[in-house]
Amino acid sequence: MQRIGVFVCWCGSNIAGTVDVAAVADALKNEPGVVFSTDYQYMCSQAGQDLIVSSVKEYSLTGLVICSCSPRMHEVTFRKTAAAAGLNPYMVEIANIREQCSWVHKEMPIGTEKAIILGKAAVAKVNLNAPLTPGESPVTKRALVIGGGIAGIQTALDIADAGFPVDIVEKKPTIGGKMAQLDKTFPTLDCAACILTPKMVDVAQHENVRIFSYSEVTDVKGFIGNFDVTIKKNARYVNEDICTGCGDCVTKCPQKKVPNEFNLGMDNRSAIYIPFAQAVPKVATIDPAHCTMLKTGKCGVCSKVCKAKAIDYTQKDEYITEKYGAIVVATGFDPISMDKFDEFAYSQSPDVITSLEFERLTNAAGPTAGKLLRPSDGEHPQKIVFVQCVGSRCDSCSEKGKEYCSKICCMYTAKHAMLTRDKYPDTEVYVFYIDVRTPGKNFDEFYRRAVEEYGVHYIKGMVGKVTPEGKKLMVRASDLLDGKQLNIDADLVVLAAAIEPDKSARSLATMLTASMDTNDFFTEAHPKLRPVESPTAGVFLSGTCQGPKDIPETVSQAGAAAAKVIGLLAKDKLKGNPCVASSDELMCNGCSSCEKVCPYGAITYEDKEFRMPDRTTRIRRVASVNPAVCQGCGCCTVACPSGAMDLRGFMNEQIMAEVDAICK
Amino acid sequence: MQVKEYKPLIVAFCCNWCSYAGADLAGNNRLNYPAEVKIIRVPCSCRVNPMFILRAFQRGADGVILCGCHPGDCHYTSGNYFTRRRMAMLFSMLDFLGIERERTRVEWVSAAEGAKFAATMTEFAEQVAALGENKRLEDLRCKK
Repeated sequence: MQRIGVFVCWCGSNIAGTVDVAAVADALKNEPGVVFSTDYQYMCSQAGQDLIVSSVKEYSLTGLVICSCSPRMHEVTFRKTAAAAGLNPYMVEIANIREQCSWVHKEMPIGTEKAIILGKAAVAKVNLNAPLTPGESPVTKRALVIGGGIAGIQTALDIADAGFPVDIVEKKPTIGGKMAQLDKTFPTLDCAACILTPKMVDVAQHENVRIFSYSEVTDVKGFIGNFDVTIKKNARYVNEDICTGCGDCVTKCPQKKVPNEFNLGMDNRSAIYIPFAQAVPKVATIDPAHCTMLKTGKCGVCSKVCKAKAIDYTQKDEYITEKYGAIVVATGFDPISMDKFDEFAYSQSPDVITSLEFERLTNAAGPTAGKLLRPSDGEHPQKIVFVQCVGSRCDSCSEKGKEYCSKICCMYTAKHAMLTRDKYPDTEVYVFYIDVRTPGKNFDEFYRRAVEEYGVHYIKGMVGKVTPEGKKLMVRASDLLDGKQLNIDADLVVLAAAIEPDKSARSLATMLTASMDTNDFFTEAHPKLRPVESPTAGVFLSGTCQGPKDIPETVSQAGAAAAKVIGLLAKDKLKGNPCVASSDELMCNGCSSCEKVCPYGAITYEDKEFRMPDRTTRIRRVASVNPAVCQGCGCCTVACPSGAMDLRGFMNEQIMAEVDAICK
Repeated sequence: MQVKEYKPLIVAFCCNWCSYAGADLAGNNRLNYPAEVKIIRVPCSCRVNPMFILRAFQRGADGVILCGCHPGDCHYTSGNYFTRRRMAMLFSMLDFLGIERERTRVEWVSAAEGAKFAATMTEFAEQVAALGENKRLEDLRCKK
């Protein structure tokens, strides 16, 4: 029989506000096995934990029930407390009387009654708990970073600097991501390339970093410390090791009419291309969809002009399998498609552009060499209208956009408006906004400079319609503060498109079994206390894959993710999860039902010798579970027809006892 | 005789990774749902043995709901697919035994769907309450 101690936490007024904690402690006193029961204001505080430790000693407790917040919050804390008191950490059960009781029920009698029942269920479970010892598994001291934008680069650099090898997988031919496309960065207006490209070079030259560009992750197996990842290196038809990046092939390639994705289709590139001058790795890539040689077998110009003999038309996709201890997701974002926003005439006029396209137009390395010219006729626009929140902060009922705020648009629009007025003081600039959100260091000062010093017209209101009329774009909008309708004959309209997670993120999340929110942003393990970890152990989050962020935030999160990875890789052994399946060999009849449903291949069969009652021996085939591979889902326990398989920590008996306690 | 207001007893099995977190999120957002719903945490929805559900009905539960990750999002890759098949079988058998289909349910609730969790529980509790007390499988020996 266990000697159980029950500890009911007030959580200040979080629990005590709707649950009579003293009554709960009192009611649980008489449950079977309970020898001590008390309540305390903050059980997780040092004083609360000391109370638990001293009670264990005083009453020789063997099991603990903590009625407190969610086990997802403090289970680990209280397991440590149990260990400090000399108990097995798995002799602790938590009754969730905060998230699932006091916070969702408003009346004291109802909350108290439910809390007592939840407490009883936990007591019933602890009565059947057995001490568990986690197994140990080694840690592969290598990290994988998926995505080579500023988030991925920073994470990789930080991990590599700590002495651990890192691989970056980037699906584009070069690392750099969205930041490489930007012109200047708010609020300091330093040029993006000037601060990014040195980092790209650093990471490429770092002895601990390998870059797999033009590659994708296609399969992930294993668990924290021991991931097996398959990386597909797409054929770029150029030998990376030999190519010098001289660019002769690019200039000589006869197929020059391919829309240049780096400049968002505003100019053309050749079929063999280097995305931009500072690309890393600076090697050419052949676009198989447009290369005449690959399509028809007739051309071969690039191969003839290549002095290094790097062109290889027969190159095939290559699959590499590598072991990693930790995986960092840094897949970034994309602006949403403007298809559903035709009121802004994006598809009708080349002079309606997105902010990222504007960024390329003002970039010295962009299609106009940095001159702000209308895409339609190359003339300098005299009147520019910026429309904010295109697709951001949309009504949840509308299918058009996103409910969330994309966070970066207010600031980059202020930047665009300011830069335009700075370079071309004769231009009239209008910004239509719902709210201007500038909660960052030096952000509001920046926005005010745009208005006060640079004379940008900020108008609170939404643009209703944009109609191309001759060379002009008629912008119909409302000024909410003056209550007026406005008609502006603009030369250029810039849409601040909402940002959304990269399209590849969803399939990646499935591979990693990492969870996502309804907008396909990766979910963090805890929104406040564990913001860079995914709930899936060993998977970390960096940058905008977790939510909209600007560059300073991305870089700080990247560093935080790296710190978590370093902390993991610095360990030689990891304690596994002891809540794994185990089979009762005497009951097992070797039917293979469990093996078939195990997603990890953790179950194997072996022939074992058994002594029979008549003193003869018999050899029988029985299941055996590899505890290092088993992740403890418990699927096999249900599949087992003889009831031989059970899951430690969540045993059939324990769950039945909980059911009984609840239904009493 | 005293007439007590009838409140159904509902057992909710929630997988640790999605639905239990969804229930926590409902709490974080202070979204009300009936207190008759009592949650049991399991690592994965596929851990729920049909035995547990039978036991709950035997011991006087009026409804049982099983919550797991959305198909394709299972933390253990494929557990919820097994749940879906097993429960389809079990629930049709229970229906045959006289435990109405409305008393049992499988629902996918992700960690981000606190609102869905609260709404589902409210709606399910109402649905079970409309059916009244479950006496079909109740084990009278368990009665006090």
